[in-house]
Amino acid sequence: MRKCKVENIYTLLGEISKNAKLYIPVDQVNGAKFTEYAEGLTLSNALKTERSIKDFFFPQTENLVDFKVSGKIIEIIDNRSEMEDFVIFGARACDVRSMEILDRVFLSEPVDTYYANRRAHGIIISMACNRPAETCFCSTFGIDASKPAGDIVCYKGENEYVFEGVTEKGKNLLEKLNAVTENGGEDTAKIVQTEIKTILDKLPLKDVKADKFGKDKTDKFFNAPEWKTLSEACLGCGTCTFVCPTCQCYDIKDFNTNSGVKRFRCWDSCMYSDFTRMSAGQPRPTQLERFRQRFMHKLVYYPTNNDGIFGCVGCGRCLSRCPISMNIVKVMKKLGEGDNE
Amino acid sequence: MQKITREILIDKAAFLLSTGVVGSVFGWRAGEFDYDVTPALFTDKTDLKNNFVFGDFCGANVSKYLIKATKNAEEKILVFLKPCDTYSFNQLLTEHRFNREKVYVVGIPCEGMADVRKIKEKAGEGILKISSTEDGVIVDTLYNGTISLKKEDILLERCKNCKSKKHVAYDELIGEDGTVLENDRFDEVAALEAMSPEERFNFWQNELSRCIRCNACRDVCPACTCEKCVFDNPESGVENKAAYNSFEEKMFHIIRAFHVAGRCTDCGECSRVCPQHIPLHLLNRKFIKDINQFYGEYQAGEEVGSRAPLVNYTKEDIEPNDAVNKGDK
Amino acid sequence: MNNVKEPLIPSIGVITDVRIDTPDVKTFRVVTPEGKKAFLHKPGQCAMLSIPGVGEAMFSITSSPTNTEFMEFSIKKCGCVTEWLHQAEVGQQVTIRGPYGNGFPVEEKFKGKDLLFIAGGIGLAPLRSVINYVRANRADYGKVDIVYGSRSKDDLVDYNEIISEWMTDDGINVHLTIDREQEGWTGHVGFVPAYVKELNFTTDKTAILCGPPIMIKFTLQGLLEMGFEKTQIYTTMELRMKCGIGKCGRCNIGDKYVCKDGPVFRMDELEELPDEY
Repeated sequence: MRKCKVENIYTLLGEISKNAKLYIPVDQVNGAKFTEYAEGLTLSNALKTERSIKDFFFPQTENLVDFKVSGKIIEIIDNRSEMEDFVIFGARACDVRSMEILDRVFLSEPVDTYYANRRAHGIIISMACNRPAETCFCSTFGIDASKPAGDIVCYKGENEYVFEGVTEKGKNLLEKLNAVTENGGEDTAKIVQTEIKTILDKLPLKDVKADKFGKDKTDKFFNAPEWKTLSEACLGCGTCTFVCPTCQCYDIKDFNTNSGVKRFRCWDSCMYSDFTRMSAGQPRPTQLERFRQRFMHKLVYYPTNNDGIFGCVGCGRCLSRCPISMNIVKVMKKLGEGDNE
Repeated sequence: MQKITREILIDKAAFLLSTGVVGSVFGWRAGEFDYDVTPALFTDKTDLKNNFVFGDFCGANVSKYLIKATKNAEEKILVFLKPCDTYSFNQLLTEHRFNREKVYVVGIPCEGMADVRKIKEKAGEGILKISSTEDGVIVDTLYNGTISLKKEDILLERCKNCKSKKHVAYDELIGEDGTVLENDRFDEVAALEAMSPEERFNFWQNELSRCIRCNACRDVCPACTCEKCVFDNPESGVENKAAYNSFEEKMFHIIRAFHVAGRCTDCGECSRVCPQHIPLHLLNRKFIKDINQFYGEYQAGEEVGSRAPLVNYTKEDIEPNDAVNKGDK
Repeated sequence: MNNVKEPLIPSIGVITDVRIDTPDVKTFRVVTPEGKKAFLHKPGQCAMLSIPGVGEAMFSITSSPTNTEFMEFSIKKCGCVTEWLHQAEVGQQVTIRGPYGNGFPVEEKFKGKDLLFIAGGIGLAPLRSVINYVRANRADYGKVDIVYGSRSKDDLVDYNEIISEWMTDDGINVHLTIDREQEGWTGHVGFVPAYVKELNFTTDKTAILCGPPIMIKFTLQGLLEMGFEKTQIYTTMELRMKCGIGKCGRCNIGDKYVCKDGPVFRMDELEELPDEY
């Protein structure tokens, strides 16, 4: 392990930013946001950024391809730009796990090359969660907030930051930082981990269980009467989808501009009424079906297709962002109740 | 903070249910924490007793839900409305959005609702419990011990400038009715007007650049009740989920503000629900201020059936040129 | 499997022929600018066609894989993209990507079997590629029956090909029907499900259904009553699609993605899916 004194962290960040674009969490008016590093910026102390690191690999809007149309002739212009090296500093355990979930979608055949390029060019430095929030329930999905995954894992102790290279590209980056780090820090990392574990045990959602869900549970939950009450207040907005680190549905849209046609990929939401609407009809006519789709996908369909891994990481963003305070924890508890007798 | 307890409301609801006056109750359902309350329809008395909640986090304006709830209801629905909710209620009736006969309104007093975001800003993450005191809340936290917060520091933005404690619609009131209040709600608008056009553009550019087009503002808005919104219609040509330039978000919000102008009661739900903390209510409030200035004081939802100045010609109406000049300062 | 390296970036296709099939169906022939077939495909697979600035949509490839020169798409006018295509002339370029979907198990499951194709209206389009594939590999398959119905004689897609080619083939029986009596029509009149029952097929066949949901529903009922097993019946499904590669989430139903795991489903597999189509 390598370490650096707390007061030297900006020197280290400066060093990283020499070779790649670096994004660090910075407090903004609407909460912490990953911001491109510049001298003078201060690291946020917030537990989570408002938006997850998904944005870096699967941006909300992305120009897929351009076309020039003249008469009957079409020209295809591939002007992609996702080949730039970048580093994200301070990703939390939940967000890092979300990348594994997105990988299984975008990197499975046929590979989404836009996403794959960004994955190849991005390095994630994760940070153990010193202060988990009451809305955190990552342990439900087997995530250890005291030991996140990532290319490099970072532990913030009282006096020093400790770094551990995990992947090949993480180790390489860490080696390049030898001038601004020194050996050691194992003790600090242990102390931090122990402290975090103590707190995890006190979290109000620590007992939320997902084990009633998972592979092949479609029949069991699809027609559950509880969906009606759970979905009745849902506004059908896309907030949960957009703040969710694992939601990845998208739309493809063309825009006519003065200089030709631009084809974009943009986030979409299964909560929206037009998501599945066709000229032939609407297979999910009410909010109940749309609401059910989102949770069934995370709790049943995704695990069925992905070795039982759930499509939720327990980051709690939907818990704090939903305008009507409906969320996956309430869904899991309510649907799970029926079984407890 | 709230002077009225959930027990009083549950008793009232249980009574109206058992006497057959109503068949269901629209209110708020308790969540995992003290602050994550969900609007909900109750039909079962035990469910009501166990899960109905009323407190400082019942900010959600439930009027709009009546459109959906009354559609299939055979019996009356009891709804508890705070003073500001009753304005939306009336406005919805003015627009014939649901049948008044299907609703039994119990007006309830409101001391102003709390904003959990503000509480978190002050008390930090790790909120275990929030208890109400007369003039604020006490918060138990994981990391910062127990913290007392004052009411004025934690009120929802819209409650800081409460426009009325008076119920403009009810079948029955709990407690005494309040009055329309003097307030400073147009001060922020005035501050925006005082900016140079460039400053103002930058202000909105910066605020709206955060928009993620989740549509929560529209979906929660009691004035946005079109059965099919033009922005949801792929055939309309304006259904834009991709923000391909920074103009897109502005168009959405400005068009929406125009569409609700004269109908917006200033309930503030748009800003309350925005996950990106954009002060959307300021757009609508600007329209309200202008309408007041150009056509005389008008409060949407004050009376059922009132005609908004924008759809009601009078000879005293301001000449378009004058309006343009006044707006162009 | 998808043979394109950049799955979301299309290539250029040129429309080299437009055939008017019915008042609202046209068949478009598409090749690459070099005059070649854009890619190889299996019967029942689909391709994404787009007109930049108008939109992209998924269409069944109606020509047979055994056709090595071009691809054909029979397209009914029912939305932005299709309306635009219907105005297109020969020489118009479009973009094309694919192939998508599983296609019919012509090698794995259909070989050696007697086949019963049942189609309604534009539903013949996806079946046409299978039928012509089977005709091209005639020795591999048993007897073929084709029941095809439409609103009227004018709404029968591929009518000329049916009359002049399919009906003249040995071992292929074509049973046409139209919904209502029409001047100059001497064939059968009545709905497809009823006609299927009337024809009283032996239950040793593999049935392949494609058509409007209501036709599928009643035909399926009829087949089951006649003694067919669900494992003998195949159909295709249509949901809204955008990416075609099982990622955008739009056509997700249960643990399946119609664009990737479908559009062809065996009836017993289909019934395991949540009732959301």
